[in-house]
Amino acid sequence: MATRLQFENSCEVGVFSKLTNAYCLVAIGGSENFYSTFESELADVIPVVKTSIAGTRIIGRLCAGNKNGLLVPHTTTDQELQHLRNSLPDQVVVQRIEEKLSALGNCIACNDHVALTHTDLDRETEEIIADVLGVEVFRQTIAGNILVGSYCAFSNRGGLVHPHTSIEDLDELSTLLQVPLVAGTINRGSEVIAAGMTVNDWTAFCGSDTTATELSVIENVFKLREAQPSAIVDEMRKSLIDTYV
Amino acid sequence: MAANMFVVPQTVGTVLCCKCGVLMAPNPANMCVTCLRSEVDITEGLRKHVIIMYCPECESYLQPPKTWMKAQLESKELLTFCVKRVDPDLKKFKVRLVNAEFIWTEPHSKRIKVKLKVQKEVLNGAILEQSYVVEYVQQDHMCESCTRYQANPDQWVASVQLRQRVSHRRTFFYLEQLILKHDAAAHAIKIKQMDQGIDFFFANRSHAMKFVEFLGKVAPTRYRNDKQLVSHDPKSNNYNYKYTFSVEISPVCREDLICLPPKVAASLGNIGPLVICTKVTNNIALLDPFTLRQCFLDSEQYWRHSFKSLLGSRQLVEYDVFNIEVVSPEVNIGGSKYVLADAEVARVTDYGKLFYIRTHLGHILKPGDRALGFDLYGANSNDMELDKYKGLVLPEAILIKKSYEEKRQKKRGKPRPWKLKSLDMEADESTRGRGHEEKMNSEYEEFLRDLEENPELRFNLSLYRNKDYQPSEMASVSDVDDVPSVPLEELLAELELSEQEDGEDSMKE
Repeated sequence: MATRLQFENSCEVGVFSKLTNAYCLVAIGGSENFYSTFESELADVIPVVKTSIAGTRIIGRLCAGNKNGLLVPHTTTDQELQHLRNSLPDQVVVQRIEEKLSALGNCIACNDHVALTHTDLDRETEEIIADVLGVEVFRQTIAGNILVGSYCAFSNRGGLVHPHTSIEDLDELSTLLQVPLVAGTINRGSEVIAAGMTVNDWTAFCGSDTTATELSVIENVFKLREAQPSAIVDEMRKSLIDTYV
Repeated sequence: MAANMFVVPQTVGTVLCCKCGVLMAPNPANMCVTCLRSEVDITEGLRKHVIIMYCPECESYLQPPKTWMKAQLESKELLTFCVKRVDPDLKKFKVRLVNAEFIWTEPHSKRIKVKLKVQKEVLNGAILEQSYVVEYVQQDHMCESCTRYQANPDQWVASVQLRQRVSHRRTFFYLEQLILKHDAAAHAIKIKQMDQGIDFFFANRSHAMKFVEFLGKVAPTRYRNDKQLVSHDPKSNNYNYKYTFSVEISPVCREDLICLPPKVAASLGNIGPLVICTKVTNNIALLDPFTLRQCFLDSEQYWRHSFKSLLGSRQLVEYDVFNIEVVSPEVNIGGSKYVLADAEVARVTDYGKLFYIRTHLGHILKPGDRALGFDLYGANSNDMELDKYKGLVLPEAILIKKSYEEKRQKKRGKPRPWKLKSLDMEADESTRGRGHEEKMNSEYEEFLRDLEENPELRFNLSLYRNKDYQPSEMASVSDVDDVPSVPLEELLAELELSEQEDGEDSMKE
């Protein structure tokens, strides 16, 4: 299910949070509302961690990660790094990288298998992304925008991209990502998709301006209706049992 | 960009409208037009009803704060006016006007409807276009000048008294044509012919000022102005004045003989001191007939010394030319040619005395011709300036122009192939009477002759073709090239509108 919420009167919830299949990072806000919304949705499945990165609250734009790892920019303080390492599950590798493009969230878009990156990222960074997140890395643009992390959001089940993406680009991207993609908007027509929402395989959080139409597009493409954390496990178990038998 | 580079074809995809879910091409707002319309009304805050002041007398509209603008219904001017009235709104709301058109309304409904199409940027860069109708309500309100006119039609605020202190009206005939040509006195309420001048009356001081400026550009004038308090309202500090401009044209005319004051002669490089005035515009051209030197005086220079002419066109005497001996080659001065020559002449009235004189008219005078000139031998001048020159030897005669009087005799009484317009002037009491009229007519005839002889003079004027003129079959070829006349190409065909206006255009042949 997709949830609508606000962070301190701002609808750009993707800026203030980072959601993956293994953990959720939430910015430290003035009130507990934002945090508790995440908490109530996710608490019994994955850890919800309140943190700052480089002393700021825009953690969603500064870090990139999936169930395998978390990349934080070089501006992250040692304390924050330690706090993250302590709070996240042990199998998640937290890595600080020396990259001059420090808003990693804007430059990298990833799910658990593939990552799209800014075309100007260092080669070392690209290698670290592949190693830490365990993904294939593609340098890409989305509808002519180089900030791939801002203009698309995708999980292992589907993805939403910038509304101006042409049909050819859409085909190419979905071939790379191996998930169905749809061009769409968030927050009543905003094209900065990743800033307006954060998504994993079974749930999504959108800005409170998001209209019903947009929400239904999101639920369809990310297949959130049937998705529950348990459903994935069930499905996996089924396939496992298949192979067993 | 390399032309042979491979470019991936880009097909524009579709997205769902974020509000209603309709499939549409993506736009900056990512909302379909219908939703965008319902979301934002770009005409919000723009005035849909405007009251405009309309003067029913002169059919003009008030352009705040004070200007009244004449405009026909459904005219371009009226549309400009209407749009201008809502323009501050458009600016305030940052709306761009793309189209405006009238919607027809009954003329006596006192409503003007204008359909405006506006554009505005809404929601992150999407530009929305919308049209709306503005209704202008005409409220009748008589304009100031009409109110004044209704109270007293003859009321004037400013008058220009144009004077030239000379005995003839030649200058005014010429000025009249200039004024007509430039339509300079279009705002005059009344024009009155006075002794030695013309009075112009205006309803507005600025019109009078403009007219005075015009006069300053075409003649060497000086003016002074005065005002008379008519009424005043101490409470609102309103003062009502009548303004009078007294404009004086320099008494020096074309073809006058002038004895320059020593100072002026010295400042012009010791010219003269006997000079002929060859041309008067806003400056005066002076020619020394013995050296063919020319110099110009602008009106400021002139009025600093304000000399008078020694002899005027009235005193011209006819001479018979017996012999011409060219002294110098042809000289071109300021567009006109002169040749210095020695001439042997005698007065037509008195062959007893032969004069051997020098003249600047060597190029047109031939033995046997008649010329007009000043008879200094017979003149008894008591000019102050002349007395200042001790030991100045005066020539016995100075020729001014060739005379065509003899040849013209044949033509006398025949109409000219051209005519001039004339200003609608009232005559003053002092200028009425039999004697005056005759004098005026003869002067006017002289002026017309001048025009024929001087292409330079009619350069600035509009001559109209005389439709009544029938070229007579008798006119021989030799006749034509003797007497100067106006070539047919220079004439203008007159604009004719309708029968009823025929009476209004007063025409003088």
